[in-house]
Amino acid sequence: MASLETNFLGIKSPNPFWLASAPPTDKKINVLRAYEAGWGGVVWKTLGSQVKNVSSRYSAVDYHGSRIMGFNNIELISDRPLDINLKEITEVVKLFPDRAMIVSLMADNNRESWHELIKKCEDAGAMGFELNFGCPHGMTERGMGAAVGQDPHIAKMVVEWVMEKATIPVITKLTPNVHSVVPTGRAAVEGGTNALSLINTIQSVTGIDLDTLVPNPYVAGKSVFGGYCGPAVKPIALKFLTTISQDELTSKVPISGIGGISTWKDAVEFMLLGATSVQVCTAAMKHGFRIVEDMCEGMSNWMDEKGFKTINDFIGKSVEKITHWEDLDINYHHIAKINQDACIHCGLCYIACEDTSHQSINIQQGNPYNTYTIKEDECVGCNLCKLVCPVAECITMEEHRVAPDYINWKMWQAEGRALNDH
Amino acid sequence: MIQNNRLTETQYQQNFADIHPPFETTDAALTEANRCLFCYDAPCTKLCPTSINIPKFIKQITTDNIKGSAHTIFQSNIMGAGCSKVCPVEKLCEGACVYNNMDETPIHIAKLQRYSTEIAMKNNWQLFERKQSTGKKVAIVGAGPAGLSCAHVLSIEGVDVTIYEKESKGGGLMTYGIAAYKVTPQFCEDEVNYILGVGGIDVKYNQELGKNISLEELQRNYDAVYLSIGVGLANKLNIPGENLEGVEDAIEFIYNLRDKGYSSIKVGDRVAVIGMGMTAIDAATQAKRLGSNEVTMVYRRTEAEKNCTQHELDIARLDGCATLWLAAPKEIVGKNGKVKALVCDVMKLGEPDAKGKPAPIATGETVTLDVDMVIKATGQNPFEQLVSSYGINNNRGKINIVNNVTNIDKVFAGGDCVNGGKEVVDAVQAGKDGASAILKFMLNN
Ligand SMILES: Cc1cc2nc3c(=O)[nH]c(=O)nc-3n(C[C@H](O)[C@H](O)[C@H](O)COP(=O)(O)OP(=O)(O)OC[C@H]3O[C@@H](n4cnc5c(N)ncnc54)[C@H](O)[C@@H]3O)c2cc1C
Ligand SMILES: Cc1cc2nc3c(=O)[nH]c(=O)nc-3n(C[C@H](O)[C@H](O)[C@H](O)COP(=O)(O)O)c2cc1C
Ligand code: SF4
Ligand code: SF4
Ligand code: SF4
Repeated sequence: MASLETNFLGIKSPNPFWLASAPPTDKKINVLRAYEAGWGGVVWKTLGSQVKNVSSRYSAVDYHGSRIMGFNNIELISDRPLDINLKEITEVVKLFPDRAMIVSLMADNNRESWHELIKKCEDAGAMGFELNFGCPHGMTERGMGAAVGQDPHIAKMVVEWVMEKATIPVITKLTPNVHSVVPTGRAAVEGGTNALSLINTIQSVTGIDLDTLVPNPYVAGKSVFGGYCGPAVKPIALKFLTTISQDELTSKVPISGIGGISTWKDAVEFMLLGATSVQVCTAAMKHGFRIVEDMCEGMSNWMDEKGFKTINDFIGKSVEKITHWEDLDINYHHIAKINQDACIHCGLCYIACEDTSHQSINIQQGNPYNTYTIKEDECVGCNLCKLVCPVAECITMEEHRVAPDYINWKMWQAEGRALNDH
Repeated sequence: MIQNNRLTETQYQQNFADIHPPFETTDAALTEANRCLFCYDAPCTKLCPTSINIPKFIKQITTDNIKGSAHTIFQSNIMGAGCSKVCPVEKLCEGACVYNNMDETPIHIAKLQRYSTEIAMKNNWQLFERKQSTGKKVAIVGAGPAGLSCAHVLSIEGVDVTIYEKESKGGGLMTYGIAAYKVTPQFCEDEVNYILGVGGIDVKYNQELGKNISLEELQRNYDAVYLSIGVGLANKLNIPGENLEGVEDAIEFIYNLRDKGYSSIKVGDRVAVIGMGMTAIDAATQAKRLGSNEVTMVYRRTEAEKNCTQHELDIARLDGCATLWLAAPKEIVGKNGKVKALVCDVMKLGEPDAKGKPAPIATGETVTLDVDMVIKATGQNPFEQLVSSYGINNNRGKINIVNNVTNIDKVFAGGDCVNGGKEVVDAVQAGKDGASAILKFMLNN
């Protein structure tokens, strides 16, 4: 059976599944329960100066009857006293020395504060640090969190302060509230960080109560921008992760992937794009810690099927498969094909293609069932029909190359070939 | 022995409780609504005789637009609330739902339709506004589904409608014929009132065409006349013993049950129901639910040729009704003027008849059922005498129409009185068709 053992800068965990710094990791009871459930490690809820939270704190986006497609919060860093947090960290590490214990930090914006916090946490038994440069609300107003992560110069400076003092590995957590995470990522690496993690939450407004007209989450008739996470942000997180994995400098350090991971499949995708460990928050907040069981079993079964013995065998394998648009092969072409035996005649492919794509599906009226077929000459192979079809494997895309040779956009232009073939 | 009051009040309530209960909660309705795929040119809509835009009304449930959802339903079928309880959906919309093609349970369309329409009725949302009166006047005879549907369309278009109804309540067979465990008298009354809520429709109850009013009168006083009188009592068996005490007409039996209260209706210990259509099923199940010990449904052909749906037959079987196939009633035997037994010819199937069904042929053998009650449910008789007396062309009582109009000037017709007896939903569509034909006719005159 495949081994899920993870070694992140020498910090070992039985599997790559860590709980992200957030409420699931903010105290001893939770973390013990998480370890008992099988989580490989935790990033302890961010520690710093004492703060005070508001009520309410969360809101969500539901989609088509499913709860929490996206999750949103306006919470601050840990609001529990620092000494209690430290005492509990010590107790937890003693009980579960085989699990990763990373402590998330966000000190006040001066060297002394950072040094003091680092010292206390190392003494408490932390195995590594994660620098929270990502929190998009509440802390930024005080020059912390995303305010640091959005400015590469400040980020580099803070990382340097940390590296002066820390004797254990340091991960810098990046905010996605930037047009590119690479500048801050590079600055952190230049400042000496040992690793990167991403993404933190994305600034958002999740919705508005149509009776009161107040956006959510509701706090005494007002709301604020919150931090968005959960399944909805996964594609954005994967994109940011890819840019870090493909950059010459940032790709040199290990990465912990975060953002919308709910299943073993999501985790595998983050790892294929370069993450060594993954962190989960929303999925655990929605379902509890028990989800880790299938995460481990699913990843292990998949690895067995693919012949991967350790996670290092597949980490980063898809990074080079994301290229630039102008390098794509223009002679590649595929065409939709409908399996008439599987088709349930819902007409969804037809109306999608007819109204919004390339009018490439024929409709033959029947009572009550119409028959739908692809106009092969018209189909541009956009995938839309396959994406809307409710029956798995009913629509397949069949390869019909235009020509055998590879030709990309630049070559095409250089040869002066016709641009509009539709 | 034939007797009433066989059960306690609680037992009656239990036996006649809603057979298809509604969604208990909004969440339950939403879960089901979200399962709908929102098909294009949806097969379910194609098999709805009134063409309700089903994907649209279901989607509107998911977007919290219940008013819109109810409007979508009522705009195609003003009896959408009643239909959601009485339509044989397994052969209509739900039978066509694409989920059947994946061997999955179809969407519970009727239950969702009930959800939206019930909320609309409870809140008395009047979703249609009458246009200003055009001064045109139309008389409708019969306040059943066809008549009410026709009246509603006409009224919205600004026509002043008068309905003449021989009974003291509206709804037609919805109120007097359909099984009590599908719709309650209270619901039927509410539905009629809801439909009439649009205004512009005056119903004159206890007014019978041919008795209190004549067709000539209506032709004279109105711009058009719509006949939606339905069909009458069950066909005669024409066998000896038909007049014995204990032989009942299914339609009358159900009418009384709907009108008079369960405990006053007499049933036998052992009942034979003759026929295998929807009416026969309703008579058999309700006799059983009234406390009869044994109910046997008798049919000349085999299960394959039955007129009811499988779903309906299953209901009867689950109620404990027995079936006797290939048996044709020959004689009802009596004692002291009361039913004692039903003698049937044992049949076998022969060549297909004119309708394509194999004709039953007597084998010469007979079978005797010991019964004390016989309910006749072998199809209903159209009002042949009445329509013929006005010179209306008909086919053994079923009114002939061409584009909704009869051979008599200004006189239109639709519903059971034309088709000989189908479903409520067909009658509603007939009413809509009749109304558009009448509107077109009045525009040209
Ligand atoms: C026992 C039974 C069970 C049924 N079950 C179902 C079911 O489960 N689902 C379903 O969809 N359909 C069912 N049907 C069929 C359905 O009830 C009819 O198809 C439908 O009611 C027909 O509507 P209509 O308006 O054409 O006629 P009707 O409903 O028959 O209405 C005719 C109206 O005209 C009135 N009328 C008649 N003659 C005169 C006159 N001379 N003057 C004035 N008024 C007159 C009548 O009193 C009545 O109100 C059932 C029918 C029966 C008999
Ligand atoms: C309620 C809540 C509180 C959070 N608090 C912190 C925090 O204190 N420090 C931090 O670095 N990230 C914090 N996060 C962000 C998460 O660690 C994580 O980066 C983000 O939720 C994306 O992962 P997910 O999609 O699995 O939830 C918080 C998230 C939530 C939902
Ligand atoms: S792949 Fe795109 S263009 Fe081709 S049939 Fe499907 S939707 Fe139409
Ligand atoms: S979407 Fe799929 S199932 Fe629906 S009609 Fe098209 S091919 Fe058939
Ligand atoms: S066929 Fe079924 S899934 Fe499709 S729209 Fe109708 S109810 Fe919905």
